[in-house]
Amino acid sequence: MIEQSLKQLAAGLAAKQFSSLELTQAFLDRIEALNPALNAFISVDRAGALAQAQAADAARAAGNAGPLSGIPIAHKDIFCTEGLRTTCASKMLDNFVSPYDATVVARLKAAGTVMLGKTNCDEFAMGSTNENSYYGPAKNPWDCSRVPGGSSGGSAAAVAARLAPGVTGTDTGGSIRQPASFCGVTGLKPTYGAVSRWGMVAYASSLDQGGPLAQTAEDCAILLNAFAGFDEKDSTSAERPAEDYTRLLAQAPADPSKPLAGVRLGVPKEYFGDGLADDVRKAVEAALAEMEKLGAVRVEVSLPKTELSIPAYYVIAPAEASSNLSRFDGVRYGHRAAEYSDLMDMYCKSRAEGFGGEVKRRIMVGTYVLSHGYYDAYYLQALKLRRLIAEDFATALKQCDVLVGPVCPGTAWPLGQMADDPVRMYLADIYTVSLNLAGLPGMSVPCGFGAGGLPVGMQLIGNYFAEARLLEIAHRFQQATDFHLRAPDL
Amino acid sequence: MSRADWEVVIGLETHVQLSTQSKIFSGSSTAFGAEPNRQASAIDIALPGVLPVLNRGAVERAIRFGLAIGAQIAPTSIFARKNYFYPDLPKGYQISQYELPVVAGGVLTVQVGEGDKAYAKTIRLTRAHLEEDAGKSLHEDFRGMSGIDLNRAGTPLLEIVTEPDMRSSDEAVAYAKALHTLVRWIDISDGNMQEGSFRCDANVSVRKKGDPQLGTRREIKNLNSFRFLKEAIEYEIGWQIETLEDGGAVRQATVLFDPDTGETRAMRSKEDAHDYRYFPDPDLLPLVISDEWIGRVKAALPELPAALQARFQQEYGLSAYDAATLTGSRETAQYYVDTVARAGEKLAKPAANWVMGELAARLNKEDRAVSAAPVAPQQLAGMLARIADGTISNAAAKKVFDALWNGEGASADEIIEKQGLKQVTDLSAIEPIIDEVLAANQKSVEEFRAGKEKAFNALVGQVMKASKGKASPAQVNELLKQKLGA
Repeated sequence: MIEQSLKQLAAGLAAKQFSSLELTQAFLDRIEALNPALNAFISVDRAGALAQAQAADAARAAGNAGPLSGIPIAHKDIFCTEGLRTTCASKMLDNFVSPYDATVVARLKAAGTVMLGKTNCDEFAMGSTNENSYYGPAKNPWDCSRVPGGSSGGSAAAVAARLAPGVTGTDTGGSIRQPASFCGVTGLKPTYGAVSRWGMVAYASSLDQGGPLAQTAEDCAILLNAFAGFDEKDSTSAERPAEDYTRLLAQAPADPSKPLAGVRLGVPKEYFGDGLADDVRKAVEAALAEMEKLGAVRVEVSLPKTELSIPAYYVIAPAEASSNLSRFDGVRYGHRAAEYSDLMDMYCKSRAEGFGGEVKRRIMVGTYVLSHGYYDAYYLQALKLRRLIAEDFATALKQCDVLVGPVCPGTAWPLGQMADDPVRMYLADIYTVSLNLAGLPGMSVPCGFGAGGLPVGMQLIGNYFAEARLLEIAHRFQQATDFHLRAPDL
Repeated sequence: MSRADWEVVIGLETHVQLSTQSKIFSGSSTAFGAEPNRQASAIDIALPGVLPVLNRGAVERAIRFGLAIGAQIAPTSIFARKNYFYPDLPKGYQISQYELPVVAGGVLTVQVGEGDKAYAKTIRLTRAHLEEDAGKSLHEDFRGMSGIDLNRAGTPLLEIVTEPDMRSSDEAVAYAKALHTLVRWIDISDGNMQEGSFRCDANVSVRKKGDPQLGTRREIKNLNSFRFLKEAIEYEIGWQIETLEDGGAVRQATVLFDPDTGETRAMRSKEDAHDYRYFPDPDLLPLVISDEWIGRVKAALPELPAALQARFQQEYGLSAYDAATLTGSRETAQYYVDTVARAGEKLAKPAANWVMGELAARLNKEDRAVSAAPVAPQQLAGMLARIADGTISNAAAKKVFDALWNGEGASADEIIEKQGLKQVTDLSAIEPIIDEVLAANQKSVEEFRAGKEKAFNALVGQVMKASKGKASPAQVNELLKQKLGA
């Protein structure tokens, strides 16, 4: 049962092959068995999940079930959940219980889903390995000595280990796509503004976007249907009519043997340069060949500003973070130092004790680049680069329907390898951060396995609000391949 | 050297609390005086994950202000974060506007001084921007601790900044008063100074007369009465001149005014000023204001004090000072306009005298708003008409006014009738009175004949008194002159 995709589980519930209570119980048992090794969950809400499952079963019995009724899911511990603590994987919020639900949480709740718990991540979503968690790193289910990626590492690990059929994540510079790639699951980072940020604890507000991780593109589309869409509580939310993200998936292609007929795949040469691991290159090239077999056409394109996206990102994101995290001051909630001599001492000690190393590093960098005398040289320059990067994409996307490349230069690396070399870790974000700077949607789709049998993800990048198209292309690819169906032996 | 050798330069920054029902970025009420923290929502206390949503009512008020001072309304303006740590600032930053404010430029022309010394002064405004207020730190009543009340956090403010155009504390106070009148006039703020809805920061510097270079300024923070504004500036001017004349230097600083001692004292110097690390708030989109929106706000704008003052001077022949006084509030101006509308433009001047004189005095004495005046414009107009047509004397009019005030009659005519206040124009009724007075005041008569003009006035007064104010002074004059053969 737990091996099934979210769509299959929904069908099983609808056909009354099993109840939500049985399904939920099965996932809770599996979490109980595997989480000690994987550390994918920070909090598990057994009692709450069972109660929600019973309510979903009752609703179904009463004929009030929707497509997601009774489906167990989990949320990255960055989304506020009323009544269940929201830690952001930080000591700062170890004891914090939100009095309200994030919009994403509220909408999935209203759709009848069952929340199993909250998944592990890098502290305040800052990191690419999940090692920056106050609760210890989540492990990669394909090899527990390796990182699951980050920051939504727990979410990706949970889907890969079949601890939940669908989990939410957030992506500021690759935090959905990179762990999805490392763990061999499907993840979507929507267009900036497509998903409400209300209740999603901010790392870098102009870059953060929530999205789904699941086994298949189809599952991602089903989840996105439930939680995307305009929200008046988020001023940056796009005021657009509601969309059915599954609509293109259901359409039968004119020629069943060429479901991608006429699709122009833009291949940015900068994504296949030095620094890309051979096994990743091979897997992505093979995926491109597969898609050409399905009727797609390959177009060589260029994103010349790709290299500049790292410095631009690591100025803008820390700048916003330094301000966003100022509210964690020990005054109203969260960690407060036990002893202090005065107000300044309380601030300093509470924040020094409450935040981990990477968070402090980014707060300091952000504070520096916004300081008087440095703002023009760093922050303003980075904003200019951001515009140039967006123009790069606009030019490339005129020549093709979707851009295709790797998600990450390599596969999951061993735990601890990057711990002392933050810059090396930042450089691994080279293919993902530029999207966030431009605000474009992107996906990670399992496309093969590299050295040591570690999963490789292919990145699909679409135009603004072209999620349905991205999901369709990924779905066609997944119908012809089985990488997304493979699960680690646990 | 003396004070006359120095030129004073003042610029004001005024924080005006906007009269929206809810806060600028949340739905919490802005009502004053609630129990601490009862009007603080998840957004106001900056819980993790919350986001601001701009209150369009606050923007509309900013537009109204911009239009009222003839300023530019920015088609696009930007909200920025001003970062600093303080317990009553829950987010660790204040959402304000920095590089692109919603209102730029504009002028306010004010009347400074009274009577012959009065003059008009035009103050240029630099900008006005929207921002949120902070909460309050309460340091009393908590042993060894501080209390934080976040009810005020997120209250919408318009910060209005002038150019350094004022040259005396009188000009600064005149500007502050005119601004105070204006913001209530266009109904963007209740202007309640006790509750902090209108607070001024004054930037003060002095320089030798003729020096093209501005002196170093010190900023006096948070002045919430016109008296404190005047006193603080006066003290600061004195202190700066004394310091410079003693060979010292003024260092840029932020200072506080202590009303108890009447002195200012430095809070922090420029060296330890905050670096606020302003940057555009990524949670809020640029504020876009369409011409169509501006047009709608403009159409709903009332006639402004400046326009009304000009009309009062041109059409009614009032002095600049009277025109300014009558436009001290929208209610007073409305009362006056209504009175003139009923009494006729010919009576505009006596109407002004009565509104600024007897009416203002009574309102002031009884601490009433003009809107609660027991004498309606229509009643006052009726009375003015009876003075003008000679039915009653000015002395009798005061009685009529009192009676109207006390509700002793519905109209001036009714009271004149009931109390028999009609001026006596029948000569045969006045003659005997004059004869009586002349007989009883032989001394005055002799003095008058000896050339003392004053004695004549005394006699007129006696006759008026004996007639109980009913005689017409003009007629009494005439008759007396005849009788005395003058």
